[in-house]
Amino acid sequence: MTILDWTQSGDGIAYQTCSACQSVWYFHRSFCPDCGKGEPVIRQASGAGTVHARTLVARAPTEELRAHAPYLILLVDAEEGFRLMAHGDPALQIGDKVRARFTDLAGRKIPYFEKI
Amino acid sequence: MSFITGVGLTPFGKHPGKGTLDLMSEAAAAALVDAHLERRGIDGLVCGYSTTMPHLMLSTVFAEHFGLKPQYAHAIQLGGATGFAMAMLAHHLVESGVAKNILVVAGENRLTGQSRDSAIQTLAQVGHPVYEVPLGATIPAYYGLLASRYMREYGSSELDFAELAVLMRRHACMHPGAQFREPITTDAVLASKPIASPLKLLDCCPVSDGGAAFVISRERTNEFSVRIRGTGQAHTHQHVSAAPSLTRFGAAASVAKACDAAGIKPRDADYAAIYDSFTITLTILLEEIGLAPRGGAGKLARDGHFNHDGKLPLNTHGGLLSYGHCGVGGAMAHLVETHKQLTGRAGNRQAKKASLALLHGDGGVLSSHVSLIVSSS
Repeated sequence: MTILDWTQSGDGIAYQTCSACQSVWYFHRSFCPDCGKGEPVIRQASGAGTVHARTLVARAPTEELRAHAPYLILLVDAEEGFRLMAHGDPALQIGDKVRARFTDLAGRKIPYFEKI
Repeated sequence: MSFITGVGLTPFGKHPGKGTLDLMSEAAAAALVDAHLERRGIDGLVCGYSTTMPHLMLSTVFAEHFGLKPQYAHAIQLGGATGFAMAMLAHHLVESGVAKNILVVAGENRLTGQSRDSAIQTLAQVGHPVYEVPLGATIPAYYGLLASRYMREYGSSELDFAELAVLMRRHACMHPGAQFREPITTDAVLASKPIASPLKLLDCCPVSDGGAAFVISRERTNEFSVRIRGTGQAHTHQHVSAAPSLTRFGAAASVAKACDAAGIKPRDADYAAIYDSFTITLTILLEEIGLAPRGGAGKLARDGHFNHDGKLPLNTHGGLLSYGHCGVGGAMAHLVETHKQLTGRAGNRQAKKASLALLHGDGGVLSSHVSLIVSSS
């Protein structure tokens, strides 16, 4: 199965796990940050999670992004046990159960969460 | 043992036409005069970085420019924690006999040396280049995320945050070098322009030009007797997405190390210098260190607890929020002000009693923590 990863323009969220110590993490690398074992397993996340933190960004960093402001940036706790940053519906609140879809932001694919 | 034998600080704000080396030189010259030292008396140099003058070897560029021939020199980079990390390093270097008098210096024309968009984009790079920055995240957004979670966990309100902005401005109004010297009210903070909720413009420190320096020495060079008694660090993550917790960071662990080395408890301190890049930064640090109860920093500020004449004077120069933030020199200003307080030279801002200071700085998104205990004796 091909793993879809928004950072590679795919409609999905990928994460990694360690086959030795069962650690789960998000930022991809070639080894486990807990035990150091190589060849981590890359997995496809379901896209479901819970809002952990939120901020509505009014002051965007670039001219290109200013057209999209204000936009909601979230930290979402994915049900698989890792945390990711994403965009979401501005009405979302901490604790909301959410699911990801994928959208374009200034020419890049990004995850966008909506309430389940 | 080490002594802080001299300090130098430029006004913060706009210094049109002045570059990184100019601002570093201005602060360094003032610190040498304060320490009663000539250039030839400096045998060690530790400097920060400058986003407007990125260089592989800023310390030796500065040494050549300013006229130093140190036996030990380099720059270090630890974001907002750099200033106190340099002080910690210099303390250990003089203790171990590497150098006798170390000049610690930083400066940057961060405000007039680049566009505001450019400054915001440079700073956003403390975020993850693949997983965070492409989402249009900014430094205020990273801290806005922390603030949203902190409010949920501990019941802090936007008004509590505003009290800290008002406090820093109140102090800045008494310092001629501060960037912002117009009094503000909590209403003004709450009504200021939204940046990244719940943070508004007046919850955020400004971008400034400025420079700061100090000399750390093995022996006294003048009548001052201000010693670094203990140091500590803790580093828990770099990126907010990877933070182990959004409500507990490395601040308490870092302070505990510094306090253990000094043989004191945090509450023994009678002066506090705490990093305040945003009102939420100051809130979290004060409360995690234990200088305020969880959710209680704003109320203490409102009650005058942190005033220059209060029970625990805090950032009496106005902090990053109102004295200003020129990068590495920003937190160094906290140490300069601490020195002024501990040597009785803070003028109209002088605390009734300031003899044992707790300083804490953070870099990144509450990622890197450095603590210092400094006393006069």
